[in-house]
Amino acid sequence: MSDDLTSPLGSMVYDPAPESPSVAHLRPSYGLFLEGEFTDPESHASFETLNPATESPLARVAQASLEDVGRAVASSRHAYEKVWSTTTGAQRAKYLYRIARLIQERSRELAVVETLDNGKAIRESRDIDIPLAAAHFFYYAGWADKLDYAGFGPRPQPLGVAGQIIPWNFPLLMAAWKLAPALATGNTCVLKPAETTPLSALVLAEILQQAELPPGVVNIVTGDGSVGAALVDHPDVDKIAFTGSTEVGRYIQQRIAVSHKHLTLELGGKGANIVFEDAPIDEMIEGIIDGIFFNQGHVCCAGSRLLVQESIADEVLRRLVRRVDQLRVGDPMDKNTDVGAINSAAQLARIEELTQYGETEGATRYTSSCVLPDKGYWFAPTIFADVAQSHRIAREEIFGPVLSVLTFRTPEEAVAKANNTNYGLACGVWSEKGSRTLWVAQRLRAGVIWANTYNRFDPTSPFGGVRESGFGREGGRHGLEAYLDV
Amino acid sequence: MKPFPEVVDKEVASVSQVSIAPLRPVTADERGVRVPARASRPIVESEGALRALLGGLSGVDAVGAEARAAKLATRSLKKSTKLAALDLAISMVDLTTLEGSDTPGRVASLCAKARRPDPSDGDVPSAAAVCVYPDLVAQARHVLQGSSVKVAAVATAFPSGRSSMNVKLLDVRDAVEAGADEIDMVIDRGAYLSGRLGQVLDEIVAVKQACGAAHLKVILETAELATYDNVRRASWIAMLGGADFIKTSTGKAGVSATLPNALVMLEAVRDFAETYGELVGVKVAGGIRTSKDALRYLVLVNETVGASWLTPDLFRFGASSLLNDLLMQRRKQRTGAYVRPDEFSGD
Repeated sequence: MSDDLTSPLGSMVYDPAPESPSVAHLRPSYGLFLEGEFTDPESHASFETLNPATESPLARVAQASLEDVGRAVASSRHAYEKVWSTTTGAQRAKYLYRIARLIQERSRELAVVETLDNGKAIRESRDIDIPLAAAHFFYYAGWADKLDYAGFGPRPQPLGVAGQIIPWNFPLLMAAWKLAPALATGNTCVLKPAETTPLSALVLAEILQQAELPPGVVNIVTGDGSVGAALVDHPDVDKIAFTGSTEVGRYIQQRIAVSHKHLTLELGGKGANIVFEDAPIDEMIEGIIDGIFFNQGHVCCAGSRLLVQESIADEVLRRLVRRVDQLRVGDPMDKNTDVGAINSAAQLARIEELTQYGETEGATRYTSSCVLPDKGYWFAPTIFADVAQSHRIAREEIFGPVLSVLTFRTPEEAVAKANNTNYGLACGVWSEKGSRTLWVAQRLRAGVIWANTYNRFDPTSPFGGVRESGFGREGGRHGLEAYLDV
Repeated sequence: MKPFPEVVDKEVASVSQVSIAPLRPVTADERGVRVPARASRPIVESEGALRALLGGLSGVDAVGAEARAAKLATRSLKKSTKLAALDLAISMVDLTTLEGSDTPGRVASLCAKARRPDPSDGDVPSAAAVCVYPDLVAQARHVLQGSSVKVAAVATAFPSGRSSMNVKLLDVRDAVEAGADEIDMVIDRGAYLSGRLGQVLDEIVAVKQACGAAHLKVILETAELATYDNVRRASWIAMLGGADFIKTSTGKAGVSATLPNALVMLEAVRDFAETYGELVGVKVAGGIRTSKDALRYLVLVNETVGASWLTPDLFRFGASSLLNDLLMQRRKQRTGAYVRPDEFSGD
């Protein structure tokens, strides 16, 4: 028996419990969503979107041209002038409630589509992405006829046509974060999904048809970065909302400088998860794991820097390594998978490059002993100990399942290290002592601070960053402001 | 004797804070549950020593513990895993009858059920034990002669535990003399809640002595302890007192076993094994009626303490109606069809 005792946890093998890909009902090809219809782009150009877990093609998707973006903006402008700006809040709420309910009705299909196109574990798309997307539509539906009471004065006015550019890490959820508040406040939208993950937004387009949303209120243009650039540059767009990298965010802000366009940016991060010695250790270990390995670490607010009080550092590291070994990595469609595939070859290359720096700069590397599939883009969950503030893996956003562990001695040092970054999106604080948690939280420069939890999202709570993590808030009452002329 | 390693370790750690030492490397054999080769439970010599030891335990964050338990409850067991898990669960059942109306006849039929839960299928394992009141131990012992099924008795003025120490110990000795293999005692929740932790420990130590060779299961009655912090501390008191198993509930309080309470107890068992090298079992009792519930507990065991605990020696279900649902699901997995409930005996 003593032999068994050193075996890793979770050695009861679970037979595969795969979700069926046929639930996705994917079409062979998708056009642009213009004027409420799927339309071929003028150039008839298209590209393939892959399943990152297998590298096999899923569908062909239209590549929009400059002219197509122009059509989309014109359509949204027309819908804004003739239809959407004349609706009452209650009428807009009716559509948003319909969309929310339809997302719930088609949740299984959406979860499968999301997992196939993105590579994230079906458990997460089923239990987090899709329910939260529906919750955002429900939440903002409730605001649509109560804008007078949102704290922005009587009859706050919409901005007009919003260009919304979203990332590949939470494709449907980010679409919901963008569309729901914009539509509730009376704007029309041109949505640009990420190049590698357009499919769930196109299923959402079908849902918009089902909900009988008036044509043109939402147009969806797919394609590469040139489509986003065309949208940013289009003179008839009143508002740009962008979620993505700091690099692109900086480019957008330069492009629209000295124009009438409003802008909100939700960019990168290097979140510090601060662990004090009196933290509830079992839940804290889970919180650290969720903080960095949720969605393969493809999370802008990921707790990618663990700041642990030196007195418990060895114990925390030992427990973390044990827990990381236990993570089930593999087929994202398996309901028991914890960590899925990296979204693209390009992202995998970036993660591999930065982790190489981790080793050459002298950090100690622990990699999960999990077996990775042969095909697809995969990176085993990894922890770096003995990381110094000066290491690249402590400064740059890796956007992958890689945790950098640093230590601190006093609360002051924890705050100083947490704030020693150009980013400022999210932090976590773990302690059983409420007064210390508040003391630390007041001194952290970050838009979101979690206490004794991490990566918790709710439509009622504003989300967004400071400094190079961007500006503007999404979610909650604050999220309305981004789409109102106030 | 070095009774309080946590406390000592912490002092050493705080001294070393002055230098920024690199983190100690984690070796390959530390990646599972690390159990010291030589097992020894400490002897706690005073109430102060007990408090110091319990004070070294980490708190439990209720929201986090419940979220973890809920997340593990979404695991999906299919095919051969499910079949193996159902058989394992059957072999872990303490088939229980604890009613004022229990009779020798009722106990005899329960024992027959425990021996051969499904007479139509010889591959179905026996249950782990039958669990009865002390006065019916002799009857159970008699009927189970020659079988592997153990006889467990609830004792120490079960379920409230509100009797004098002498009466509780007599209750235990009585059951052991009548042939009980296992004693399920209750802790004194009144003493715990009024802060007399030493008394709780002393009672467990005394009952353990009275048990002799019989295994001791210590019932915490988690519903009455109310908080997860209390459940964790009471788990440690029970283990320090010599428990072979720690058990969630009597089944007589409003709320019985819950996944988060079991999680907290499993974490305590894991940490105790890593500290003292002794493996203590966990029994979840009360309110577990469906196979789905039972499999969720097995997943919790697997992913908290590891497969080493997936044996009737270290994990049990205290239940009655659960057994028939396990049999029903087992048949369904093998034949693809559900059978009428009357296919299985109603005991």
